[in-house]
Amino acid sequence: MLRKFEYAGMGERVFREELPGGLRLTVIPRPGYRKSMAFLAVNYGGADRYITRDGERAETPAGTAHFIEHRMYEMEDGRNALTVMGEHGANANAFTSPDMTAYHFECVDSFFENLELLLKYACAPIFTNEAVERERAIIASEIRMMEDDPEDGLYYALLRCLYESASVRDSVAGTVESIGKVTPELLYACHGEYYRPSNMSLVVVGDQDPKRISDMAKKYLGSDALPPQPRRSRKSEGMTPFALREESARDVGAPMFLAGAKTAYDLRGEASVRFELTATMALSLLMGSASPLYKRLYTEGLINETFGYDFENSAGCSYLSFGGETQNPELVCLRVLDEAAHLAAAGVDREFFSRRSRAVYGSCIRALGSFDSICYNVAAGDFSGYDYFDTLSVLGKVTADDVRAFLGEYLTPDRCAISVITKKER
Amino acid sequence: MDKVARLGLGSGVYLTAVQSERFKTGCLSVTLLTEHTKKTAALNAVLPYVLRRGTAGLPDMEAIAGRLDSLYGARIEPTLRKRGETAALGFFADFPDGDFLPGRPDLLSPTAQLLGEVLLSPATSGGRLRADYVESERDKLIEDIEAEINDKRSYAGQRLVETMFRGERYGVPKLGTAADARKISVQTLTRHYKSLIASARVEAFYCGAARPDQVARILREALADLPRGGVREMPATLVPETGDIKPRTIVERMDVTQSRLVMGFRLRGLDRARDTAAMLVFNAAFGGSAASRLFLDLRERLALCYHVSSSLDRHKRALFVSAGIDCGDFKRAREEIMKELGSIADGGLEEWELDSARRAVVSSIYSALDEPTGLEGMYLDRAVLDESLHPGELAALASTVSAEAVRDVARAAVLSHTYLLASEENDAEKV
Repeated sequence: MLRKFEYAGMGERVFREELPGGLRLTVIPRPGYRKSMAFLAVNYGGADRYITRDGERAETPAGTAHFIEHRMYEMEDGRNALTVMGEHGANANAFTSPDMTAYHFECVDSFFENLELLLKYACAPIFTNEAVERERAIIASEIRMMEDDPEDGLYYALLRCLYESASVRDSVAGTVESIGKVTPELLYACHGEYYRPSNMSLVVVGDQDPKRISDMAKKYLGSDALPPQPRRSRKSEGMTPFALREESARDVGAPMFLAGAKTAYDLRGEASVRFELTATMALSLLMGSASPLYKRLYTEGLINETFGYDFENSAGCSYLSFGGETQNPELVCLRVLDEAAHLAAAGVDREFFSRRSRAVYGSCIRALGSFDSICYNVAAGDFSGYDYFDTLSVLGKVTADDVRAFLGEYLTPDRCAISVITKKER
Repeated sequence: MDKVARLGLGSGVYLTAVQSERFKTGCLSVTLLTEHTKKTAALNAVLPYVLRRGTAGLPDMEAIAGRLDSLYGARIEPTLRKRGETAALGFFADFPDGDFLPGRPDLLSPTAQLLGEVLLSPATSGGRLRADYVESERDKLIEDIEAEINDKRSYAGQRLVETMFRGERYGVPKLGTAADARKISVQTLTRHYKSLIASARVEAFYCGAARPDQVARILREALADLPRGGVREMPATLVPETGDIKPRTIVERMDVTQSRLVMGFRLRGLDRARDTAAMLVFNAAFGGSAASRLFLDLRERLALCYHVSSSLDRHKRALFVSAGIDCGDFKRAREEIMKELGSIADGGLEEWELDSARRAVVSSIYSALDEPTGLEGMYLDRAVLDESLHPGELAALASTVSAEAVRDVARAAVLSHTYLLASEENDAEKV
């Protein structure tokens, strides 16, 4: 049964239902909007690399989840449901992250025709030999495109430094070599294990009837004979980096770096939201554009507007990162760590903390304006056991002492690794 | 329903205000429109960043950031857009709607005041922009220009534009060149700044819950110090009559895994006002959507590439195709692209293709109207093009574009330049 939830502070009214087969449905009304978005997410991504075969856990090649995403939407008559949605004027697409595969569309008319295509074909596998071979060439082209992106290279180099074996260290798309091992049989096996309604979330934002959405979802994804399998196995790793540094030279305009540290494993529920908000506050107080350190580094010409920070929590691994273009990566990294030590010892300025807290509050309200952001966050919350719309109430619980403790624990020289791209001399 | 009003705020200063209760974030932008030229491109590119460094009352970034934090994380970001041969520079601000915040504060007025302060009361020294800010932002601009090479797709696109439109203002890179950026001094930038705020056309845009007359009052106050005098005409984009075009191919080598192919076409004989809807529908059918010829043929059928798309500059009436390919597939990819264009020019577009293209255009326009940033971009384009149609009217026109009109756009497309950013190890003979 659809249930209505009110979040007065955010001005949101949300309809939710768990369908008989376990699919979680969320409808977020947007009266007066022409466009609507539907987002069907599977709790399965590039870092989920194990399946059960003959009762044993078996490893799959890097890039398998992404390969499945590419081959979905195939219809019985050989056409592609993405193209058919395109014919309806919809903007339809899909993506794979380390822990999620999502199929989505945005449209201004024919919403229910598009939703039916999404529900019917985003989960129905047709993996023929010929289609898999053709897709291999397309994905290889995508991989080569990413190999030419220095930021992508910088990011995975950092993850390879941080993690010894966790699958987040491998590119979601895999390598040209690893996708060479993908077969139709493997795709069916992975699909069978992970593409189950109990392992999925459907989110709709727009001026659409929740009941009709629920009825249609029940028709296509309303039953699941199989219980979810155990998943996401990971060898245990410590908190110190596997390697301290990786460097390469490329055709770039300026040297760039990304430094980072592991922060926690297997965060779930409200604790994960609170940890993420603490990390966001800590990193912004330490080196955000309103911080004294940012001003000093910027004024000295050590960083430019590409400098930024991030916190990620995916596939059971959470880590912080910061970086940008600079002529002196080591010095910037050192200055960040020095400032973190200073703040951890002296505490953060209370007035600055309260201003930043207010700004983060505003950014949470702002995020409600983006259909993409709402859909992704609601689905990620479903998979991690928290309610995205509770974010603001959790923000109120983060204290200046939490931030101080975070800086003291995670931003230390022994925790940090750095990945650097230098300018190739021509 | 949203209410759209256009109001004059002073000599050459206009406000487009969209009053809407739908959004939780309000936005406000102020944009100076001026000619994009080789002489001024780098000056235009650096100016908003220098102004954003500090004001008379808030002398550095930290002070500005502190003020913005206290406005619930309102943002005021420099903008620089190239629309045809017009440079559009200024600031884009957004802020949460006070109705969703504790105490329901009004954030429009203080954000507008701060935006006005950033634009009109910069931190100065001896009547000039501060030397340390100018020098530091100039150095950063040079770094930005040198870093354009990092994104191979956009770098290849830019190299094509530079080559194809050499001698035209359109060919000048958006940020200017590193050599021009190096010439920026406190004197030249201060002079340029004073000239712009006195004479450039100013377009303000607002979207949010406030009434247009309230917004106009707030903005008049925020921009009260705008020294208007001798406002120049709205800059126009020139579309020269070109004689016979002999297609040229340029190959550059770099250490890349994947080669980038970009093709540039001039759309000859089209009228900007009359043919706008047809151009948009043609682009959607050719390579601008997932149901387009280039996507379905080059990617899905031939598996020649992961990325292939076409794009249109209706200001300049130019068409571009971009694809990431294996170097060895260069000739085949180019042939296939020309084949699809030829097929559309021969009237080969099927009814379902035309219908999907129309719907894609209508959908993209209406989707943009559902976002403050989309609205801002559409109304800025409308101002630059001096277009009489509202976006909704353009969508209605697009929904009725005929097969003949789309065919005529394909016939108007004449290949001018092909640019290939090729991987180094490949045999040159292959291309």
